[in-house]
Amino acid sequence: MSVVEVQEVEAAGHLTGRRLPKWGTPTLAGGALLIGLLVQLTGWTVIGLAPGVVAAVVFLLGQAIASLVVEGRRHAKDRIATTLIYATFVVALTPLLWILLTVLAKGLSVFNWTFFTSTMRNVSPRQPGGGILHAFLGTLEQVGIATLVSVPVGILAAIYLVEFGKGRLKFWISFFVDVMTGVPSIVAGLFIYTALILTGILQQSGFAAALALCILMIPVVIRSSEEMLKIVPNDLREAALALGVPKWKVILRIVVPTAISGLITGAMLAVARVAGETAPLLLTTFLAQDINLNAFNGSQTSLPTFIWDQISRGTAASVNRAWGAALALILFILIIYAAARILAARFAPKSR
Amino acid sequence: MSKQIEIKDLNIYYGNFLAVEGVDLTVRANSVMSFIGPSGCGKSTVLRCINRMHEVIPGARAEGAVRLDGENIYGLNVDPVLVRRTIGMVFQRPNPFPTMSIYENVVAGLRLEKSKGVKRNLDEVVESSLRGANLWEEVKDRLKKPGAGLSGGQQQRLCIARAIAVEPQVLLMDEPCSALDPISTLAIEDLIRELRERYTIIIVTHNMQQASRVSDMTAFFNLAAVGKPGKLIEVGPTQQIFTNPQEKQTEDYISGRFG
Repeated sequence: MSVVEVQEVEAAGHLTGRRLPKWGTPTLAGGALLIGLLVQLTGWTVIGLAPGVVAAVVFLLGQAIASLVVEGRRHAKDRIATTLIYATFVVALTPLLWILLTVLAKGLSVFNWTFFTSTMRNVSPRQPGGGILHAFLGTLEQVGIATLVSVPVGILAAIYLVEFGKGRLKFWISFFVDVMTGVPSIVAGLFIYTALILTGILQQSGFAAALALCILMIPVVIRSSEEMLKIVPNDLREAALALGVPKWKVILRIVVPTAISGLITGAMLAVARVAGETAPLLLTTFLAQDINLNAFNGSQTSLPTFIWDQISRGTAASVNRAWGAALALILFILIIYAAARILAARFAPKSR
Repeated sequence: MSKQIEIKDLNIYYGNFLAVEGVDLTVRANSVMSFIGPSGCGKSTVLRCINRMHEVIPGARAEGAVRLDGENIYGLNVDPVLVRRTIGMVFQRPNPFPTMSIYENVVAGLRLEKSKGVKRNLDEVVESSLRGANLWEEVKDRLKKPGAGLSGGQQQRLCIARAIAVEPQVLLMDEPCSALDPISTLAIEDLIRELRERYTIIIVTHNMQQASRVSDMTAFFNLAAVGKPGKLIEVGPTQQIFTNPQEKQTEDYISGRFG
């Protein structure tokens, strides 16, 4: 430390404290990784912990002790908390990235033009080739019908709950929405199967599948829309009412437009949530190997059930197709998320 | 064309709680009345009863009569929507509609209530309302920009323009300057003096200088204790209330010896 620096510290008086040098954290992290590497190479384990965990613990303790000695208790606690927060972030993100990379690596091998433009008609399980066109169209149709039914019902129910509902009816609707949010997806499928298919009202079809998806989707749309409508400031409702605008027009022209970007995001997230459902579809529409555009007649395949089907066949070619379809499904959902973000940004109230 | 407001035996409730008791008050046409009094004494509550905005709050209700040129707005079959078209309101916090441009904000009241029949030239309404609110010169080049992009004082004047665009006969203002700086406050006080030519105005304010500057009449509200209902203590010409109040409570309040 040079003389000049010391003078500066003294001049600044009691408001400055000693800090760990800038190179401290990287050095400690490097050291901890080195120890982790050593553990890995020697095969020597500390009470059975993995090398990465050993490195993290060494880093956490080393930094805490160094900080306690140099900087004092408050800074040491701050550094421990910071490290733990970053560590949990890494823990949460690892499986996600792992899944994405695995699906990318395995799925890309079957991605080609025919994979998207052909079906499984006349393709035997052992044969490579074939495609997901029929499954993709099935998903589009089933999720599309489910969205057309669920989004209006969900948003209208949310408007009732926020703008009109009071007393017992509101309580019970709210309560059952909460209960429905927790219904396992296979129960939704079983319900449609026993209530509509076994009784002969509907046959196994894409429409029956869409109804099962509705049961899962409606509570999600209601909850997200309700939250969005709640954050519209009451000032705006009062301002419009005080202008002599009837209540229904206040809702339609002021409240809903103000919340529209949130409503769109909520609806799109609900779409993305049900697009990956498998169990209810197997019970309500099962599988087909070819395109069936008629949602009201006969079985339809969708991307999730296609994956299930191909995996269960167990041959190398079919498992590869399953990975390809998984990647296609992830991309499809990713596109929906991106569209939701773009639409939400476009409709959001602006101030410039 | 402004109208006289006459309040008779008004009791105001939130649920079972009597918030304001026995208000009797007359506001002449084309005059400015200010409501003053400590926080929680019910000034704003009384104001909101005059255009039936009080009942928007769940559980809130009012008993008694508020007459607009003799017609009781709490009478049988009176449509609160029509009452609010006749009696406009400006709120404490500026609240322009965030999804709308400045232009759309001004004509929002007209566009959202088509039943008025006569299709007026909206461009003219926008210009005259913004001129009326002393905002035209500042925003005439950016009418298509969002109203939420204006400064607080400009937003408040935009809200006044929006309120007068529907041509009400009475204008209620609930502490319209409490969120504004002194320059914007001055602009709005000038505006109130101009608007007096065409409207009956009632303004709630915590600023006694403001009350003495803008109003012809002043009403003083007070409450005996927290949890007791607020009451109208004294009403009279502003000059008299501030120089020679009849009630001891009023004198204590305006001279700062409160309580």
